[in-house]
Amino acid sequence: MTQSMRAPLLFAFVAALFLLEATTQVWIFSGSWNTALGILNMALVSAVMALGVNLQWGFAGLFNVGVMGFVALGGLATVLVAMPPSPGAWAAGGYQIVLGLLLGAATIVGAILAWTRLPRGRMRTALMLAILVGGFFLYRWVFDAGVAAVEDINPAVTGNLGGLNSCGDYRACGWLTIIAWPVGGLLAAGAAWIIGKTALGLRSDYLAIATLGIAEIVIAVLKNEDWLSRGVKNVIGIPRPVPYEVDLQNDPAFVARAADLGLEPTMASTLYVKFGYALLFTAVLIVILWLAQKALASPWGRMMRAIRDNETAAEAMGKDVKARHLQIFILGSAVCGVAGAMMTTLDGQLTPGTYQPLRFTFLVWVMMIVGGSGNNYGAVLGGFLVWWLWVQVEPLGAWLAELVTGGLAEDNAFRMRIMDAVAHMRLFTMGVVMLLMLRFAPRGLLPER
Amino acid sequence: MDFLNAIVALANFVLIPATAYGAQLALGALGVTLIYGILRFSNFAHGDTMAFGTTVTILFTWWFQSMGVGFGPLPTALLALPFGILGCALLLLGTDRVVFRFYRAQKAVPVILVIVSMGVMFVYNGLVRFIIGVDTQRFADGERFIISARDFKSATGLDEGLALKSTQAITLVVAAIAVALLFWFLTRTRTGKSMRAFSDNEDLALLSGINPEKVVTVTWLIVAALATIAGTLYGLDKSFKPFTYFQLLLPIFAAAIVGGLGSPVGAIAGGFVIAYSEVMITYAWKKVAGYLLPESLAPDGLAQLLSTDYKFAVSFAILVVVLLFKPTGLFKGKSA
Repeated sequence: MTQSMRAPLLFAFVAALFLLEATTQVWIFSGSWNTALGILNMALVSAVMALGVNLQWGFAGLFNVGVMGFVALGGLATVLVAMPPSPGAWAAGGYQIVLGLLLGAATIVGAILAWTRLPRGRMRTALMLAILVGGFFLYRWVFDAGVAAVEDINPAVTGNLGGLNSCGDYRACGWLTIIAWPVGGLLAAGAAWIIGKTALGLRSDYLAIATLGIAEIVIAVLKNEDWLSRGVKNVIGIPRPVPYEVDLQNDPAFVARAADLGLEPTMASTLYVKFGYALLFTAVLIVILWLAQKALASPWGRMMRAIRDNETAAEAMGKDVKARHLQIFILGSAVCGVAGAMMTTLDGQLTPGTYQPLRFTFLVWVMMIVGGSGNNYGAVLGGFLVWWLWVQVEPLGAWLAELVTGGLAEDNAFRMRIMDAVAHMRLFTMGVVMLLMLRFAPRGLLPER
Repeated sequence: MDFLNAIVALANFVLIPATAYGAQLALGALGVTLIYGILRFSNFAHGDTMAFGTTVTILFTWWFQSMGVGFGPLPTALLALPFGILGCALLLLGTDRVVFRFYRAQKAVPVILVIVSMGVMFVYNGLVRFIIGVDTQRFADGERFIISARDFKSATGLDEGLALKSTQAITLVVAAIAVALLFWFLTRTRTGKSMRAFSDNEDLALLSGINPEKVVTVTWLIVAALATIAGTLYGLDKSFKPFTYFQLLLPIFAAAIVGGLGSPVGAIAGGFVIAYSEVMITYAWKKVAGYLLPESLAPDGLAQLLSTDYKFAVSFAILVVVLLFKPTGLFKGKSA
């Protein structure tokens, strides 16, 4: 098989997997368009995430294991943009919270200035510590009062500031969620700038641990800062860019068209909504993929790979390695943020309790490694294939277990134990897939050219 | 009297828990630091290695309990510990044979080994889920307290109670024995010396006839013991939940890096630094301040610097500060 045939064939294979899922009921396939579209939508989001990680690792060799944090920040953007502001929250304490945060930021900037501008010596250390400690208490004093005021407002329903959606009926302005996707990218980019400023330039595994820590902190913030994200109480009912099923079912024109196609209205409306999401996500994926391909082929992309392959040589050629690293770290994280915002839009809710590093960081890494790091098409392929596998491992495991224990009675202890274990197959399978790929095809299914 | 009360409250809520937690982190960080020193990569699977060792220990504990075998006032888990270590060692040696040895022979760059260890982490995580599930398991038995808060109050007449859980005392004793054995091994035995030589300068060690595979095998055995002990002690002291063990990765790495990667003494110091900072920064100081300060100055709120949910932020902040100002850690570890 030649290199040029490889990509189309593999993509055709993945397409066949999704089509089989949609149309046939043999083996592990469910034969439902609904399920197939559901898997496809998350696969599209996963492919965008894998593209982001590929920018960082594949192009530049930056080891980011904080993908979860950027994804969650993207999700937060959806809430901040598309939800309506909670009545009275801004007046009660919103501005005070902002003032508190500004004070906190000013403290840190002041401390950094004191450290960099003042002459060395004990005075400098003392002054910096004084700024930090004093600033911290001032910040907490202003900030805490604002938070208490906001969280007191109808905590069962809101208790947070809400977003910027000021339409009369906020659900009518679903297009705002699409605005939230680039905003999610911006939020993630901002966080990436802060992390990159401090942690880039460290050795690769230190950067990994630093990003792992940041991701945990972002999740902790989302879980605990109720004024911002309602914490573990979740934000539900985020408006959507596609119509609601109920509205479609009440629309006689839609029901008539569905009947023409031989579909009942409920099924038709679900499919219509999922298909709408699939179109939107495909558009985003194509734009980002196109940009990434252009970047890879440009002088900038060549410079990135040169830096990745030999930092010292690139530096000797006059390339600013640190600045380029920061640049691509921010870009990759922004892509992950966009994907996170898309995912929260798809779910229609922000549930900080469900962000797990194994699912949102390390699985994306598996996608990129399986697909082929350094190759954008590879990352997309990996996103589709690994997500499909992630969903199908359970039926696959059940089928395997049935095959192994089929001869045994229903209540056989061994059989029941195996059937129980099937539910935990996912992580194990992903680990084995990752290890096998790293061992036997370390360059992935679609190697970098 | 108020002053004594304040000290007792401080000891009860900060010093004793933080010391036990610090010992557990130190054991975990020792494992990370040894792997870094000998095999030269940051092992992301360490948290799940601890979880696996603890799982085996728990299974043996349950088996002993079902047979009516106990350990008197001590937890049965201590009897099961050697079997847990054995199980964990078999797993680690098997992993090394199947996975890591290939990359060693290839002389792969460290970051590839880190990525490989991510794959191993998935597999271990899956294994633990297969075996014991995702739920919280309690397996502590035996005497719960050495000193209970009520006894302490009636004995001393103070308002504040001081409780010393037996698991906390056991943690300290077992950790002290483990660390003493480790240091004796590293400094006094031939194998231990060859390990240190290998860690300092691989080429020189190979030239002087040290068998690298033997050094690596012994390292994995020690790491299995340390990880299982750390995991079991943590599980006895708190409770066993696989996901918590995965999350322990961050404070453990922070401890190892703060101390200086590759330095055993540093790992222990780092463990205590991280543990004390975490507990002190997330502790509500209201009670202690209430005893020490005159009434007019007593704080209204909880006087808590950060909510306990941000304890990861504490280890992380310390990590960043150390990396920025002293990248080799407190005890001159390796750094590039």
